[in-house]
Amino acid sequence: MSGKPSLAKRIPKIRLSAVIMTAYLLFLLIPIYWLVSMSFKSNSEILNSFTLFPADFTLKNYETILTDPSWYMGYVNSFIYVSLNTLIALLVALPAAYAFSRYRFYGDNHLFFWLLTNRMAPPAVFALPFFQLYSSVSLFDTHIAVALAHCLFNVPLAVWILEGFMRGVPREIDETAFIDGYGFTRFFTQIFIPMIKPGIGVTAFFCFMFSWVELLLSRTLTSVDAKPITATMTRTVSASGLDWGVLAAAGVLTIIPGAIVIYFVRSYIAKGFAMGRV
Amino acid sequence: MDKPVNQRAWILVLPVVILVAFSSVIPMMTVVNYSFQDTFGGNEFFWVGLEWYRELLRSERLWDALGRQLLFSAIILAIEIPLGILVALCMPKKGWIASLCLVLMALPLLIPYNVVGTIWQIFGRSDIGLLGRIVSDMGISYNYAQNAFDAWVTVIAMDVWHWTSLVALLSYAGLRSIPNAYYQAAQIDQASRWSVFRYIELPKMRGVLIIAVLLRFMDSFMIYTEPFVLTGGGPGNATTFLSIDLVKMALGQFDLGPAAAFSLMYFLVILLISYVFYTVMITTDKDGATQ
Repeated sequence: MSGKPSLAKRIPKIRLSAVIMTAYLLFLLIPIYWLVSMSFKSNSEILNSFTLFPADFTLKNYETILTDPSWYMGYVNSFIYVSLNTLIALLVALPAAYAFSRYRFYGDNHLFFWLLTNRMAPPAVFALPFFQLYSSVSLFDTHIAVALAHCLFNVPLAVWILEGFMRGVPREIDETAFIDGYGFTRFFTQIFIPMIKPGIGVTAFFCFMFSWVELLLSRTLTSVDAKPITATMTRTVSASGLDWGVLAAAGVLTIIPGAIVIYFVRSYIAKGFAMGRV
Repeated sequence: MDKPVNQRAWILVLPVVILVAFSSVIPMMTVVNYSFQDTFGGNEFFWVGLEWYRELLRSERLWDALGRQLLFSAIILAIEIPLGILVALCMPKKGWIASLCLVLMALPLLIPYNVVGTIWQIFGRSDIGLLGRIVSDMGISYNYAQNAFDAWVTVIAMDVWHWTSLVALLSYAGLRSIPNAYYQAAQIDQASRWSVFRYIELPKMRGVLIIAVLLRFMDSFMIYTEPFVLTGGGPGNATTFLSIDLVKMALGQFDLGPAAAFSLMYFLVILLISYVFYTVMITTDKDGATQ
């Protein structure tokens, strides 16, 4: 029986863990808060007076980004290639994940490992050959080039996550459908895909995220027409190095998509990130 | 649960194989090709055999970058793994507070790598950053752009900020899978908090912890964007890690041959780690299934 002594022991323990947890969350949130608060300050306030809260609250930095094409096109470009990439990755990964989850075939394990090695390859190794490959087929500085390049790590990721979800669907369902006279295509699109909708959602989220956060390849493969927001930001730093308010606002805008969707996938985050780097 | 053998499954896998081959095998062949050749003006190539490999293995530049890289990864692991476990142990168990903590903790993981760099670049500056300002006000001279030690501290703090949550989330997932009966048994035995951790929680987290260690090792081994934005590899070469050095060589100086040889050796090291990783994952997967 847990009497008074253990209860008394437990109260300070709970408090200690709450203190550690709060301290850790503060450590995570203060740098983000600093970025957000800076994005609402004017440049003169940032440079001349040191304030914890924006004294002179302004939306001018956001206005600059949303009205200047060289800024907002960065978001449009990022959004285009990230969406293209997610779409391509899902389209090719769905049948492949089905094959891995349902059948044994010649070389399946080796193939799986080979796919994973691409997920683990340092992007820096691929920067130069990608630059030359996509230049030689005149795809340099196009959205599709970046979308295809990001398939290098997102396709294996999508295959892995989807395979996990598909393994959870009992094989009897396939067999019953085939006995009922469904062809493979009709079964796959009308019965199977609706059954793993949550899995597809989670996979799409992680493909989107990993393509969204990547900088090295997207910066190498673009110059003007398809330049992503992440590259726009690094170049502004080196060029003027002064417009901190706009830079902070641009940073805040890149965090928002993830911050919104994160709530829906919160229980899959650990798993997705574990597999995401595999 | 034996899967039937069906060679026609290859048809379903084929699109993936073609796509990934296009984006990995063809570029890899180019790299292999360059690593054995020298070029003048980018058009004429000369066979130089193993010259670049020999030169690289003798160059101090590579060994220095490798040394910094290993030191960095070691420090990262030494901080993030214990801290991540501690945070996971302190996580609330259920309710909306647990959800809130999960979401807040995952936030740094979803920020573009260069924005992570930007956040810390701003945060650490002594003129406009909160951290830099506070540290300077305490009378400690701190400038990550000029002092190598400060640059290291900042890069490490940034990485701890960015990735500790991953370790914490994985450990938390591992902790959640421990049946309540174990804790009840420990309570009956009047086990101390430490022995509950040492003999119940730690062994049960073994699988996820191995994954966490390997993930953090590989990721920190390939780190590029965050230090690139924060310090650009400087001051001097103080934070030039392998990837930064490689990109400098390949795209900055266009030294195709040496960069290609560098890439291949780098890739082989990662491949070796990946193989260990994959084997461990498979075995822990089986362990998890039998438990």
